[in-house]
Amino acid sequence: MNATDVNNPNYFHKVVDCQWACPAHTNVPEYIRLIAQGRYTDAYMLNRESNVFPAILGRTCDRPCEPACRRGRVDGKPVAICRLKRVAADLRDDITDRLPKIPSKKNGKRIACIGAGPASLTVANDLMPLGYEVVMFEKYDRPGGLMRTNIPAFRLPERVLMDEINQILDMGVEIRYNSDITSMKALLAQGFEAIFVGTGAPRGKELDIPGRHDTDRIHIGIDWLESIAFGHTDSVGEKVLIIGVGNTAMDCCRSSCRLGGKDIKVMARRPRGFFKASPWELEDAEEEGVEILINYAPVRFVIENGKLIGMDFERLEWDAQAKKSKTLETVFLPANDVILAIGQENSFPWIERDIGIEFDKWNMPVVDEKTMQCSREGIFFGGDAAWGPKNIIWAAEHGHQAAISINNYCQSIPITERLPQGTNLISQKMGISEWSYHNDYNPSKRQKMQHVDLTRRFQQMNIEVELGFSAEQTASEALRCMNCDVQTVFKAPLCIECDACIDICPVQCLTITRNGEEDDLRQRLSAPAINLTQDLYVSADLPQTARIMAKDEDLCVHCGLCAERCPTAAWDMQKFELLISYAGRPYAGSPLVPSHA
Amino acid sequence: MPSIVKPVATHPSLQRNALDLTIRDYEGTMSTLCAGCGHDSITAALTRALWEVATPPHMIAKLSGIGCSSKTPAYFVTGAHGLNSAHGRMPPIATGANAANRELVCIGISGDGDSLSIGLGHMCHAIRRNVRMIYVIENNGVYGLTKGQFSASADVGSKSKRGEPNRMAPIDSVMLGLSIGATFIARSFSGDKDQLVPILKAAVSHRGFALIDVISPCVTFNDHEGSTKSYLYTRRHELKATETDFVPPASEILAQIGQNGAVNVTMHDGSMVRFKGVPPNYDPTDRGKVMDYLEEHQGQGEVVTGLLYLDESVPDMHEMNKTPDIALTKIPYQKLCPGRAALDRLQDDFR
Repeated sequence: MNATDVNNPNYFHKVVDCQWACPAHTNVPEYIRLIAQGRYTDAYMLNRESNVFPAILGRTCDRPCEPACRRGRVDGKPVAICRLKRVAADLRDDITDRLPKIPSKKNGKRIACIGAGPASLTVANDLMPLGYEVVMFEKYDRPGGLMRTNIPAFRLPERVLMDEINQILDMGVEIRYNSDITSMKALLAQGFEAIFVGTGAPRGKELDIPGRHDTDRIHIGIDWLESIAFGHTDSVGEKVLIIGVGNTAMDCCRSSCRLGGKDIKVMARRPRGFFKASPWELEDAEEEGVEILINYAPVRFVIENGKLIGMDFERLEWDAQAKKSKTLETVFLPANDVILAIGQENSFPWIERDIGIEFDKWNMPVVDEKTMQCSREGIFFGGDAAWGPKNIIWAAEHGHQAAISINNYCQSIPITERLPQGTNLISQKMGISEWSYHNDYNPSKRQKMQHVDLTRRFQQMNIEVELGFSAEQTASEALRCMNCDVQTVFKAPLCIECDACIDICPVQCLTITRNGEEDDLRQRLSAPAINLTQDLYVSADLPQTARIMAKDEDLCVHCGLCAERCPTAAWDMQKFELLISYAGRPYAGSPLVPSHA
Repeated sequence: MPSIVKPVATHPSLQRNALDLTIRDYEGTMSTLCAGCGHDSITAALTRALWEVATPPHMIAKLSGIGCSSKTPAYFVTGAHGLNSAHGRMPPIATGANAANRELVCIGISGDGDSLSIGLGHMCHAIRRNVRMIYVIENNGVYGLTKGQFSASADVGSKSKRGEPNRMAPIDSVMLGLSIGATFIARSFSGDKDQLVPILKAAVSHRGFALIDVISPCVTFNDHEGSTKSYLYTRRHELKATETDFVPPASEILAQIGQNGAVNVTMHDGSMVRFKGVPPNYDPTDRGKVMDYLEEHQGQGEVVTGLLYLDESVPDMHEMNKTPDIALTKIPYQKLCPGRAALDRLQDDFR
C-alpha cells in the first residue's frame, strides 16, 4: 500500500466515527470534552455551529453518530452522545451575546424560505448574519415544521423548541404565519432573489385495504400527531392498533398512552431486527406498556354497523432474511382506533410543472446533491422536501449547503464552487507522559437515562419523559468518550523499530511488517480487524529495515501509550480539527495552525 | 513512567490459550523503564511465549538480581511467584527454588552487568549443575541504572555515549556457556520477536539450563553511532544462523523440512525443536562445530543469532542428585525431614 496521506482531511475525519457519521459533522469529541470540563456554554456553541439546534437534537436526534461510535465496537455500547448534547443545552448560560451579529445595513437581497422547519431555519441562520433579508412562509400559526407537529411534547417540550427557533427568528427573519404557498409561480412573481423550499414530507402513506374509508376512526399517523400538537385531538379509544413500526409509530403509540389508550398494540409486518424504529424508541415505547406484535400483515378493517370494531390480519412466517413469507392464519384483533404509520412522502401539488422545475418519475423534484439547487436556477430544496423523509440533523446540513449555494448565487459565484474542508493537527503533548486530554480509558458502562415514573408521565401530554443526565451520570458518560479526534500521528523517519508501541497497545492495533496489498497486509496484522470499514494507516518505509508501520484504525482507544512509550517521538498524539466552511465563512471559527509544527 | 495503566479494553478477536486465558492474563504491571528499552520487548516476547505454551501463571517463578533487567519480572505474569535478590545472586536463589519445587518453571532474568560481572561465578555454577531454568541475559553492554558505564559484554572499540572506546575484551556469554557445558544456548535480539518467541517456548521445554542472551539496546545510554549494541548496529550485523520452530507435544509436523540441512531435536517432554534452516556444515547438537562457526563469524563482527546449541541428553540437577520425581514441597514434612533420631541413625552409619 502507499503511505497514507494524512493531509487529506478525510483521512483523520473518518477515524472520528461519530463526526464522520453525523450529516452535519458535529465535532463530538471536542464538545464532550467541554462538557466534562463543565464548559456547557462553549459545548453548546460548538454544537450550534454545525447542528444549529443542540437542545432539540439533544432530545430528538436520530443519532447516526451512536451506532458509528467506536466505543460500541470496544465494549458493546456507544457513548450516549445525544444525551450529553442535551446536558450542554440544559446547563448553558445565556448565549445572546455569542450569537452572530446581524448587520443593520442589509445587502439588498431578499430570500424566500417556504416552511419554518429545521431546514429553512438553518438557511436563515446562515444567511441573516451576511446581511440577507429572509422572508419565511409558514402554513400554520406557529413555527417549527415537523419538529412541532410530529414530535410529541413529551419528547420535546414547547419551551425548548421555541427557544432555539427564536434564536434564529430574532435575527430579524420576517416570518409570515398562516401563509400556505399554493403556487410557486405566484411566489416567483414576488421578485425574491432566491427561493428555498423546506416544506418537509407532509403526506402520510395510505393503506388502501377494504374498510379504509368506511369510518372516521382510522387516522394517518403524522396528521394525527399534528392534530394533537395543535390541540385538536385530545382523546383516543381504549383499544388502539398502530400499523407500522417506525419512529412515527412509536410516537403514535406513546401519544395514545397519554390520551386514554389502555390496550395499545403496534403491528409489525416483519420480525424484530427489521424494524425501522430506533432501538431506543422501541425501548421507551415498551417501557410504557405498548405491545409490539410481529409478523402481522393487515388484511381489512372490520366495520360493524358503521363502527370500527377491529382489523383482520394475516399471521406470517418469514424466512431468515425476512424476504419470503407464508401465511399461517387470519386473526382478528379488536380496535377502537387505528393509526397508520407506514411512512410518509413528499407532495408538491403547488409547484406548477411548466416553470422549469423538473420532476422525476416518482414525482420528486430533481435536486443536485451538492448544491441543493433544482433544475431551475435560484430555487433550492432541503430537508425532507429534497429527497423524502430523513431527519432533523440532515435538514440542518441541507440548510447549510443551500445557504452556501444561495450566497454564491446572489454574489454571482458559480454555485458549484464549494469551499474545501481544512484541518488542524495540534500536538497534545504537555510533557513526558502528560497529555492535554484525559487519555485514560474509563471502563464504566453506558449511563441509563432516568425517566419520569409511568403514572406521572401519563397524566399530561407535555410532561417530558426523560429527566436528563445527573451531574454524576454526565461525568461518567463524558469520560467514556475515547477522544477519537486526538489522532495517533506517525513520522516514519524517526522510528527505530524498537517495538515499544506495539508491545504496549492494549488493542493490538499496531504492526511492523513488510509492505503489501491491503488484503494481504490485513492478514498479517497483530490482530486482524472484524470491522473493515476503518482504514489502515500505513507509514513510509522505516529507516532501519524498510518495513512499514501499519496501524489499524478500527479499535484504537486513543490512550496515547504508543506515543508515551516511543523513545523518538515518532508517534505523537495530535488533535484533529475539521474546519468546515459555512456560507460567507470559509473555515468557520478556527484559526489554521499548520500541522507538524 | 506511563501516565496510565494499560486500558482494560481489548480486541474482540482476542484469543484464549489451552487454559482459557488471554495474553492479557500474562501481563504484569506497567514498565517504568525508559521508553523504547529493549527489555520491554523481551518482556512482551516472554508474555507471548508463556501464554502460547499455556504455562499456568502460578507454576511460574520469576527471579532476578539487580539492574534495569532485573526490574522486568514485575512487568510480566502478575500471577506468578517472584523474588528479586541481591546483585548477581539470582542463580543460587533460582537453584534453591528449583531444588525445592522442580515443577515450577523458573525464569531468571538478568543483565550483562548482573550476570557477567558480580554474578559471573554464580551463573557458571548454575550452568554446570544444569539447573532446569530459563536464564535470560538482557544484554545491552552498559550499566543503565548507573548512567551507562561499559559492562563486561561491551565489545572492544564500542564507543560510550561520550565517545570513548572500550578497551577491555568482552565476556561472551554464549562462548562461555559452550565452554562450561551449557545444554541450551541461544542468542537473539529484542527487536525480533519472530525469532525470540519460539526460542523461549523451546526453553520452557528444555530439560536443563537454557541460556538465552538477548541483545537489548539501551535507548538512553547505548543506542548511538559507534555503539555495537544499538538497534541499528544489531540490525546491520545480525547473522541469523538458525531458524527454529517449536512444536508442542502431540502436534503433527506438517511443514516441509528445508533444504539446507534441517535438524529435529526431540525434547524431554515429547515436544520438538525443529531447525528449519541451518548453514552448511553447522550442527546445533555438535559443540565443536558451533564453536568453530561462532569463532569464524563473530571474528568478522557479525552478531550470530538463533538457537545455537542444544543437548537434551544431559541430566539436570535433580537427575544428577537422584531426587524424587515429585517436588520436594509435595513430600510430607515428616518424611522430608524425619527428625533427630533419623539423623542420628544416619550419622552412626559413618562412624
